[in-house]
Amino acid sequence: MGETNKNVIIIDYQLGNLFSVKQACDYVGINAKISSIKEDILDAKALILPGVGAFREAMINLKKFGLDSAIQNKVKNGTPIFGICLGHQLLFTESEEFGTEKGLDLVSGVIKKIPKKFEKREIITPHIAWNKIYKDEQDWCKTALKDLKNDEFMYFIHSYYVIPSDNSCVLSKTNYDGVEFCSSFKRENIFTTQFHPEKSANRGLSIYKNWGLINNLI
Amino acid sequence: MKTVRIIPRLDIKGPNLVKGIHLEGLRVLGKPSDFANFYYEQGADELMFMDVVASLYERNSLHEIISETAKNIFIPITVGGGLRNLSDIKEVLRVGADKVCLNTAVIKNPQLIKDASRMFGSSTIVVAIEAIRELNGNYFAYTDNGREYTGIDVFEWAQKVCDLGAGEIVVTSVDKEGTGQGYDLELISKIAQSVSIPIIAHGGAGKKEHVLDVFKEGIVGSAMISSMFHYDFLKEYDSSASTIEGNVEFLNQKRSFKAFKTCSINELKHALIHNNIECRL
Repeated sequence: MGETNKNVIIIDYQLGNLFSVKQACDYVGINAKISSIKEDILDAKALILPGVGAFREAMINLKKFGLDSAIQNKVKNGTPIFGICLGHQLLFTESEEFGTEKGLDLVSGVIKKIPKKFEKREIITPHIAWNKIYKDEQDWCKTALKDLKNDEFMYFIHSYYVIPSDNSCVLSKTNYDGVEFCSSFKRENIFTTQFHPEKSANRGLSIYKNWGLINNLI
Repeated sequence: MKTVRIIPRLDIKGPNLVKGIHLEGLRVLGKPSDFANFYYEQGADELMFMDVVASLYERNSLHEIISETAKNIFIPITVGGGLRNLSDIKEVLRVGADKVCLNTAVIKNPQLIKDASRMFGSSTIVVAIEAIRELNGNYFAYTDNGREYTGIDVFEWAQKVCDLGAGEIVVTSVDKEGTGQGYDLELISKIAQSVSIPIIAHGGAGKKEHVLDVFKEGIVGSAMISSMFHYDFLKEYDSSASTIEGNVEFLNQKRSFKAFKTCSINELKHALIHNNIECRL
């Protein structure tokens, strides 16, 4: 604790429940501040990009506050970033939500809608459930997921999912009614989850804690 | 994989947790945060808070309950009751709710579903449908905790709610609510078949088997439960230790709740898994 962990910034772009992200940070001892000010982001030691809602609205808001380029600069220079749900999707190349919408493009990959039908079955969307995350290409031992068992339940609420171009960076996958997708991602300073760790009880909080410890924020 | 959700529902009046029958005849049961914390520890998948009086006068009291709860509870919290417009929704999300539940306001103004889901995301907007069955088998939607008749057919309304962009629907059978006689399976499965968004069954759970029934149908993925869990918790709960206003005579009598075979969330989830219904323990 002290001066060094003063500037973890939870990026506020007017979408989503920032309150619960802040509560989770407080709970595990990450000293985080909610801000939508460009200078705060440029000055941050680490970034958290939360978000609920529409991809397009999110990009419009990020651009409106001039935060898109600030985030891109920081992340390219090695600042740790933790993207959650919509914040996970925003870091990728583009979304097919309304036509094609460009994302922050820090990671190569596309965002697709969960299909209405899969193998002739109707799929209920949004996917709102506690669902299992399981290991894929990467080992979890040096990541924020290190305290979790394989097949741990996490809370999901989303209608879109990410297909990363580089499968080797997929940290976990999840299967919803036959549709398998990337549920968490890690590449260098970028760590993202499709699920909400701050809404996934103690196991979810361990992700915040370990992300904080790995990046010297606690 | 498909997992089911168990969602305890906490009806709130002023500072108290209350419970009624057919959404009426409310009795004070205790302090909301005592129940909420217990359910969180027991493995509740989400919590629903419903302000059943929803007067503007008592709105601050609900906000206090939510912000206090959200500090220590790291599962999704849905809040409903008396939310009239976008700024009411914004306010309750700001104090810590993850989702909002709307009924009366969206019956009066369906466009609010569209506006709210565009502004806050579809997944944030839950619509409650309070249904009462008529003798001829038709179901109509009611507002204001099952008091006000609207003349709107619930099945048509459910489709419209879905088309306008709601993320989920809570289907309450007012006829069954608080009775412990089991869910209205006809109502719930008919609504579930007509829409493609998640449906939460509510009203009537009186024993484990009722919850198994609603999941065995395979159409609904979530069950909302209050009395069965509340009365189970009350067996251990020292209501005198909390500052309860109102009618506590009922509580002090420690009567048995005959219509209910109470159980805890943990017991219920073990029973689900035993019956090959996937859920998080």
